[in-house]
Amino acid sequence: MTTTLVLVIAMAVLFSCGVYLLLERSLTRMLLGFLLLGNALNLLLLIMSGAAGDPPIGGSAEGITDPLPQAFALTAIVITFAVSAFLLALIHRSWKLSRADEVEVDEADAAIGRDREDDDDADPEADFDPKAPEDADDPHERAPRPDQEATR
Amino acid sequence: MTWLVPLLVLVPLLGAAVALGLLRHQELQRAITVAVLAIAVVVAGTLMVLVDQHGTFVVQVGGWQAPYGISLVVDRLSALLLTVSASVLLLVLLFSIGQGLAADDEDAPVTIFYPTYLVLAAGVLDAFMAGDLFNLYVAFEMLLVASYVLITLGGSEQRVRAGTTYIITSLIASALFLASIGLVYGATGTVNIAQISERVAGLPEHVQLLLHTMLLIAFGIKAAVFPLAFWLPDSYPTAPAPVTAVFAGLLTKVGIYAIIRLETIIFPRPQLNTILLVVAVLTMIVGVLGAVSQTDVKRLLSFTLISHIGFMVMGVGLGSVVGTAAAVFYTVHHIVVQTTLFLVSGVMERVGGTTSTRSLGGLLKAAPLLAALYLVPAFNLGGIPPFSGFIGKLGLFRAAAIDGSPMAWVTVGAGVVTSLLTLYALMRVWDAAFWRPRPAAEAAAPHATTAEPHADLRSPEPAPLTVSEETGEAYHPGGSTTVTDEAHASSASRPATGSTATVGEAPERPRLPRMLVAVTTVAVLGSVALTVVAGPLYGYATRAAESLESPDRYVQAVLGGIVE
Repeated sequence: MTTTLVLVIAMAVLFSCGVYLLLERSLTRMLLGFLLLGNALNLLLLIMSGAAGDPPIGGSAEGITDPLPQAFALTAIVITFAVSAFLLALIHRSWKLSRADEVEVDEADAAIGRDREDDDDADPEADFDPKAPEDADDPHERAPRPDQEATR
Repeated sequence: MTWLVPLLVLVPLLGAAVALGLLRHQELQRAITVAVLAIAVVVAGTLMVLVDQHGTFVVQVGGWQAPYGISLVVDRLSALLLTVSASVLLLVLLFSIGQGLAADDEDAPVTIFYPTYLVLAAGVLDAFMAGDLFNLYVAFEMLLVASYVLITLGGSEQRVRAGTTYIITSLIASALFLASIGLVYGATGTVNIAQISERVAGLPEHVQLLLHTMLLIAFGIKAAVFPLAFWLPDSYPTAPAPVTAVFAGLLTKVGIYAIIRLETIIFPRPQLNTILLVVAVLTMIVGVLGAVSQTDVKRLLSFTLISHIGFMVMGVGLGSVVGTAAAVFYTVHHIVVQTTLFLVSGVMERVGGTTSTRSLGGLLKAAPLLAALYLVPAFNLGGIPPFSGFIGKLGLFRAAAIDGSPMAWVTVGAGVVTSLLTLYALMRVWDAAFWRPRPAAEAAAPHATTAEPHADLRSPEPAPLTVSEETGEAYHPGGSTTVTDEAHASSASRPATGSTATVGEAPERPRLPRMLVAVTTVAVLGSVALTVVAGPLYGYATRAAESLESPDRYVQAVLGGIVE
């Protein structure tokens, strides 16, 4: 099975950018990350069909590319399309709810952090929560946010 | 009779389309949804019997023969899970109708609930009979996209927040799954599960390990096993009670089902079994510790859900027929019991106005039947002897003892501790919500909270217990009469103790709880009935596991195109 190195590199770049963006807190960046990831996956599927060849429809059966990964990619594209439409609606809703804030800052996420802290303060037993490390991280995450907002 | 198989996907999807067209006619929508799921229950039940008698059913969709087309495969494992899921879906639907989602939330779009629910049903049912990996992926996406809509239903701020966590996690799981499908195709040149199973043995060891691990991680996120379960307790509790119930019952089990298939058919060699056992132990312990520390009933139940996923992973990880059989039985038990508990928590929320154990209280006096409805599945989940939870756990521990390796014994120890802690966590809820009087802050009438409940508590409490312990069958007629009696009693007693409850509930109470309580009672009776039919059911699970023992039979059935 031979493939061009270019495709592999492109896939790797798309994957890394996609994963990086998915790790962001902003919903819009997550959406962009998801789109990149989706494209990386489509490339992966195409790479798996092996070397390029003749189109599968028409002509002889000799030397055609494998059509199955293309069908997979098509299905994956449709699913990505549907999910991104839903994500866009979610972003819109989230933006409307968090009062004229830039989508950049995921306010709702900060809210849960605040809720959790209140919970922990009131209930000493909550220390057993396996998600405690996450809680501990939250202040760090939230601390720079006012500055961020101020600079905007 | 193979024409029955595609019906399970077709009918819900068509029903969803019709229901979507009838947005303005809620009654019709409701009727269609109930009818569709009732058909699904009947079809799945029929398949369960037929498959047991005649062997695996295979449908080559569109007439394309096996390795090229899409195969739908119903073997015993699929048929059993199909039947249980269809029944649970129908039951939860009835509950949600009883709850009247419109009354529950400010602007919940009820009209969209039914079509989405049907798509979810189609996805779940399709996942259980997908014969190739890509079809499994499509089924996953179908149920996931529907679940995205359901979990953010109404679009309140909290739900959007919780939904985001859930959606992004699921997206990553799906991406991993799709990537592994791509790699599997690259390595074996097929996505048909049966054909993969044939070819995978020829692959180099490290390639096998890579594919195996990737698929396991993708399914592990869906199934919410320990390191990958962080998203679940955060997102599930905010959804409406029936949605949480069906998610808890079915979505994680789809992941477990995929893991069972992966470990038995696709990669039958015990490559990662030790890791699975370690993961099972961690899932049990971490999950249950989380449950112990929670103060919200729904969050607590979400954590017990995670910890009990560990039991199923344990059964799979043992890699023996006995282990798989126990895992299958436990899956069935857990689908029913966990759903029931979430339904009960929904009723508790309705009656008590909250699910926080800090402000709940005095429910035993307010709704004695509800107390019984909580106690029975709670004991069941904790594994108290007469119930199916005990039988499932006994089966798992027996399988581990037969295995006899040190790691297996460690899982047994972890399992026992987990059961005990589960019981502790659930009894804490019992203490707080039912046993103790309503907290002073909530109940402004102190005379009702101090003396009276204790006088009442002693006598009625053991009654439901003994009734349910004796026989499941005899409980049935008695139980159904109590429903109406208690519904009256609870609605009558409410104004006395709970006159201080939130004002918004007052007008709904006479109408709503009756149906909710009736449906929940049916669910509880169903979970008790699992004990009654435990023998045949366990036999079925064992036969299912036996047919999974060697992948050859599956391969033969699919690729040979044989309908015995």
